Amino acid sequence: MGRSYMGSSEMTDSLWQPTASLEALRRRAELLTDIRRFFAERKVLEVEVPLLSRRATSDPHIESITALCNGDPAYLATSPEFGLKRLLAAGLGDCYSLGKAFREGEAGGRHNPEFTMLEWYRRGWDDRRLMVEVGELLSRVLGIGQVQSMSYRELFLRELQLDPHSAPEEALRHCTAREVELSFAPQSRDECLDLLMSHRLEAAMGDGITLLYDFPASQAALAKVVKDDSGTPVARRFEAYVGGMELANGYWELTDAGEQLQRFETDQRYRGMHKLHVYPFEERLVDALRVGLPECAGVALGIDRLLMLAGGYSTIDQVIAFPIERA
Amino acid sequence: MASYSTNEFKGGLKVMLDGDPCSIVENEFVKPGKGQAFNRVKLRNLKTGRVWERTFRSGESLEAADVMDREMEYLYNDGEFFHFMEPETFEQHQASADAVGDAAKWLKEQDVCTVTLYNGAPLAVTPPNHVILEITDTDPGLRGDTAQGGTKPATLVTGAVVKVPLFLEIGETIKVDTRTGEYLGRAKED
Repeated sequence: MGRSYMGSSEMTDSLWQPTASLEALRRRAELLTDIRRFFAERKVLEVEVPLLSRRATSDPHIESITALCNGDPAYLATSPEFGLKRLLAAGLGDCYSLGKAFREGEAGGRHNPEFTMLEWYRRGWDDRRLMVEVGELLSRVLGIGQVQSMSYRELFLRELQLDPHSAPEEALRHCTAREVELSFAPQSRDECLDLLMSHRLEAAMGDGITLLYDFPASQAALAKVVKDDSGTPVARRFEAYVGGMELANGYWELTDAGEQLQRFETDQRYRGMHKLHVYPFEERLVDALRVGLPECAGVALGIDRLLMLAGGYSTIDQVIAFPIERA
Repeated sequence: MASYSTNEFKGGLKVMLDGDPCSIVENEFVKPGKGQAFNRVKLRNLKTGRVWERTFRSGESLEAADVMDREMEYLYNDGEFFHFMEPETFEQHQASADAVGDAAKWLKEQDVCTVTLYNGAPLAVTPPNHVILEITDTDPGLRGDTAQGGTKPATLVTGAVVKVPLFLEIGETIKVDTRTGEYLGRAKED
């Protein structure tokens, strides 16, 4: 070896040890207890849905991890969404899942391929009403009183003087090139918007709890698309941010089976065209929607990031006992 | 030459960017909830020392740079080039004043430095963290002033100027941290 690393962590750390402190692991246990108490008080039922499934998400930006089960491919759940919605369609009321989710290729300061996700559904609610509850849970866990709500459009107008729904693509490209040093030319409106959001706007949201709502219709995922007051079709989707870190993503859920099938098929086509893996999609969700998913709102929240914020930790490795490098 | 994908990017990895060899300083994986994944990367341009920030699509790759760090003994300066030798093979390399840069003011013959080679030629020189050098010029010492904690400039044999305690004299040898230019203490007499 050309260089001496004596005394540095490379030599003294042992790979068998957890990367999280014992204190962080105790905080994790307290956090999970707090969350279960929050939902018990509100009569929301905890349920378990499969972590191993024959179907996978079709979302073009989320890759599943493939396993073998009884000799055939099965996929580790990227979220409990499909299982929970099938239970709602079967007549179960308000419910939540608190457990692991897996995403291929996601690793970094705020990502581990295996992570803990809380996801819950409220029957008869819309996104606006669920946002209030997300704010209440976050305030309680983080001890932050200040919760601000802002539309996606308001944030773009305030920070960049651009309307994300109506600005010409050329203006978006121009703004992205000015704000972000890129190695490539952005190929779509959404790519520009994602770059501006992650590189410029997240940091501009401040230290409190920010609930951002009414996303571009092109980023609807499984949310309803509805016209806003100005007549622009927007995705009734929201995200929660604290200190510039994205924590939660919620929808006023799509309940139309035909449109659900169409979105799955659009995703599958996109995957095929972009040489991404095309997984079997969850047609049983479409069947459930045909029978009838009650009007509801649902949200997924990253527990590891919540713990980072609650305990003042700067990287996800500090709150997970054994991240993937040591798992 | 090999290439590296964004998921292999880590601190210290040497890659080519815009035709220049760079060392990765930091690689941050960025992924909006329902959006596309990016890697936000900080790279040090090894020619200029400047740090660049650049965002890649996750999965993009960069060509590896033929850059390696070697421990070498500093031999002498012939007025134009600085000469270094690999201690095991006795292979000699000459580095331009540009490549040596600020390190020049710490180079003492026979000290072992880190020479960064790019395509086999010296690109940069890093002096040892600690060097022991003789004071060649400073104001007269003030004996008995050791407790005061005042400092004065002293010129060292290599041309570097550092702040030293008032009691030190011309001809004494001192230990200096080259990263900060800070005086660490009087060198022990052999």
